[in-house]
Amino acid sequence: MTHDLVSYEDALKAYDPVMGLEVHVELGTKTKMFCGCSTALGAEPNSQVCPVCLGLPGALPVVNAIGVESAIKIGLALNCEIAEWCRFARKNYFYPDMPKNFQTSQYDEPIAFNGYLDVSLEDGEVFRVQIERAHMEEDTGKSTHVGGATGRIHGATYSLLDYNRAGIPLIEIVTKPIEGAGVRAPEVAKAYVAELRELIKALGVSEARMEMGQMRCDVNLSLRPHGEKKLGTRSETKNVNSLRSVERAARYEIQRHAAVLSSGGTIVQETRHFHEEDGSTTPGRIKEEAEDYRYFPEPDLVPIAPAREWVEELRAGLPELPSVRRKRLQEDWGIADHEMQSVLNAGAIDLIVATIEAGADAASARKWWMGELARRSNEDGVELAELPITPAQVARVSALVSSGDLNDKLARQVIEGVLAGEGDPDTVVEKRGLKVVSDEGALGAAVDEAIAANGAIADKIRGGNLAAAGALIGAVMKITRGQADAKRVRELVLEKLGVQG
Amino acid sequence: MTDLTRLNAAETAATIASGEASAVEVTQAHLDRIGAVDEKVHAFLHVDTEGALKAAKAVDDKRAAGEKLGPLAGVPLALKDIFTTKGVPTTVGSKILDGWIPPYDATLTTRLRNAGIVILGKTNMDEFAMGSSTENSAYGPTGNPWDLTRIPGGSGGGSAAALASFQAPLAIGTDTGGSIRQPAAVTGTVGVKPTYGAVSRYGMVAFSSSLDQGGPCARTVLDAALLHEAIAGHDPMDSTSIDAPVPPVVEAARNGNVKGLRVGVVKEFSGEGYQAGVVERFNGAVELLRELGAEIVELSCPSFTYALAAYYLIAPSEASSNLARFDGLRYGIRVGDDGTRSAEEVTALTREAGFGPEVKRRIMLGTYALSSGYYDAYYGSAQKVRTLITRDFERSFGSVDVIISPTTPTTAFPIGERADDPMAMYLADLCTIPANLAGNSAMSVPCGLAPEDGLPVGLQIIAPALADDRLYRVGAAVEAGFIARWGHPLLEEAPTL
Ligand SMILES: [Zn+2]
Repeated sequence: MTHDLVSYEDALKAYDPVMGLEVHVELGTKTKMFCGCSTALGAEPNSQVCPVCLGLPGALPVVNAIGVESAIKIGLALNCEIAEWCRFARKNYFYPDMPKNFQTSQYDEPIAFNGYLDVSLEDGEVFRVQIERAHMEEDTGKSTHVGGATGRIHGATYSLLDYNRAGIPLIEIVTKPIEGAGVRAPEVAKAYVAELRELIKALGVSEARMEMGQMRCDVNLSLRPHGEKKLGTRSETKNVNSLRSVERAARYEIQRHAAVLSSGGTIVQETRHFHEEDGSTTPGRIKEEAEDYRYFPEPDLVPIAPAREWVEELRAGLPELPSVRRKRLQEDWGIADHEMQSVLNAGAIDLIVATIEAGADAASARKWWMGELARRSNEDGVELAELPITPAQVARVSALVSSGDLNDKLARQVIEGVLAGEGDPDTVVEKRGLKVVSDEGALGAAVDEAIAANGAIADKIRGGNLAAAGALIGAVMKITRGQADAKRVRELVLEKLGVQG
Repeated sequence: MTDLTRLNAAETAATIASGEASAVEVTQAHLDRIGAVDEKVHAFLHVDTEGALKAAKAVDDKRAAGEKLGPLAGVPLALKDIFTTKGVPTTVGSKILDGWIPPYDATLTTRLRNAGIVILGKTNMDEFAMGSSTENSAYGPTGNPWDLTRIPGGSGGGSAAALASFQAPLAIGTDTGGSIRQPAAVTGTVGVKPTYGAVSRYGMVAFSSSLDQGGPCARTVLDAALLHEAIAGHDPMDSTSIDAPVPPVVEAARNGNVKGLRVGVVKEFSGEGYQAGVVERFNGAVELLRELGAEIVELSCPSFTYALAAYYLIAPSEASSNLARFDGLRYGIRVGDDGTRSAEEVTALTREAGFGPEVKRRIMLGTYALSSGYYDAYYGSAQKVRTLITRDFERSFGSVDVIISPTTPTTAFPIGERADDPMAMYLADLCTIPANLAGNSAMSVPCGLAPEDGLPVGLQIIAPALADDRLYRVGAAVEAGFIARWGHPLLEEAPTL
């Protein structure tokens, strides 16, 4: 089903978008939230289950302390208040991939609330996203619907259930309504999720790999006419699984809502599915009335009352957060805001840091990643981090250049060889024979050969036309197949022709 | 040779320990008794002959090897069919779990096994422990050994009837609103609801999580204490389990004494609806306590008037959620899965066929009470009443050591009499519910036969949370006082069947 869309520009002329982002993060705990089962990915279906996470009669949950600790860390990093006392609650609804037919979650007493996260947009503008709450809950199992056209339950002939994921700890992070982003709303959505992902990774509580479903985003969006205070009816686009998709989903919904509203229609409150192929959304289930989850405090678990000393201990132990780190690195590297921004946009920050840690100086690490390698990633259409070269290898190339063993041109060939799978830099140098000719005898012979073959040019130089030296240097490079240090060649040429440099 | 089934648990253990009889002989005697009378009583849903004899043999082997035996080693026990038993069917009295063989043992089951207690089988109960007569079992009612046409109480009627008919000297019950104490009262046996959190709920199929509590059932106060000690104690698998030492219940049961003890009699546990003979026997118990040196104090706990109403909001609310997992997908029966129906339809058909009317009634009550817009008025208000009841208890326990009342307002009523009148049925738990709502410990101990019908009457003793030993101190004194008066234990007067 496709909708008529109005252009993005026209949509924003008439309407003001308001977003709410709900992000689910699977924690990287070794065991599940309420039992001792492993959370490792990729196991045989239903091999990581027990009476508790299968919801067998009589089984009872026990809270994973690391899960609580992780939730508090996330709350602190999001500048939230941490509840002095809170409870789990049961969210009651029937679904086959939910073993107890209720989800153990939190309702009106989240562990963390009232925070914010500053996110930088691509041009460096900082936008503050207010955080409503972060709460703990458990993941559901996974249904695979077989026989339908789309892999969805509709039209399927049967469904397979895998409960390995059931009970994996989740933290749900909910923003307050994001207002005032205007035309930049989709960009803010993307930047928020990106910043949140960096934060989660920095905290070490999850790998937050969106492509693995470890981090999923629901994009709630509504439009209201400019100047209107009241929020419009929202749509909820579920489980958007990449940064780019978050931006596209928000953009699409703005255009779709605007089309419906400007033609006099009304927005239906419903969940929607996002389609990667064309960036569109289609309706999921309609929420005619708000679903009644009959929340009530989970009687099988005792309340959680994190001691203030513990919270402060966790706060003191928080790692350097991404925004602080970026500021520090920018200063360390001595680069301008726009240069730092392009490093960020390229996703190069960790790669450069790792390259520096492997021994390269900051300038050359940045030069290789933002230059030759960024070009290759663009050409090949892959993320920088996906290129088949490691920061250690880049650092090695950089070391070979500064020792004079390679010049820039040779270094680029070495990188090309590494990317082509020919081995590490030293192997490529060896196999391709890419060493700067530093043997003075060999180099001298090459210079002599070039002078002999280019008598007229040599005379010009002897006559004081130093600019002509370039041609002789070029000739020497040709003879040495580029493996000479150009600076040294120039010195030799001038020396041999008896001219002062 | 003595009839091994007439011995109480402490005597049985001594008999085995001394070598007078082997655990296998004791177990076989009880299996024979079950074979002889249970067709009439229907206390058991499942008798695990093989498992019981194997467990008994293990005790005998241990003894032969000179290993030290626990205080209840080799003693047979009837286990309420609400605790999971690995490899042995567990139905919770419901058709929906017909044929389910749990893959794991409840913590309580494990503790029984570790103590060398021989589990004879699983006992009948009201479906999901919802009821006061065991008539709500999907597998037919249980008869009261005093009069087989009458109810044995509920929900743990099977466990109480097994004790009163000498099919087992020990039994396990669970008490959400009185399901241990009320059956004990109407069968002339002893039943204890320990402090909430004293006995692990792991592996005990949940009815109402914040109220459910497993506990010991026996024919004597000392036997109950021995069993209490075997099953209580912290369990890391149950978050609501109390991490504190078990009160010295056995010592208390051996030293029954009420001299100088302040015993509260609550005004609200009397009046309309109490059978004359029950009141008479209760007053007799009060007199006995006074004679034994207790000080009787009259109390008022106004909030108790609302206990029944609060209970019938909280328990069904939690039950509506706890029972949601029975959807036919993973275990138990499945109805209507003919390849044409959706999972949702199969779940609906399974629940329609698998749950009995009382369970459905409570699921609907609870679903309604938790609904948005009604939550505050129902579940929310009920929780407030719960707080008030807890405060009334706290205030009372400032001036008395224990509170006593009749366990249940009437003696055992005829099977079928209240089956169509849920409100009348609910009144059976009038006196027992407050202790569940507050999480206190409570016991029922026999206090005689009602003159008008010759049926047992129970005395309820309530103690503060974590003071379970007081129950045993008072219970043992009352038990000894009455036996001295009657010349024999009350159960001697029960029909031999
Ligand atoms: Zn598990």
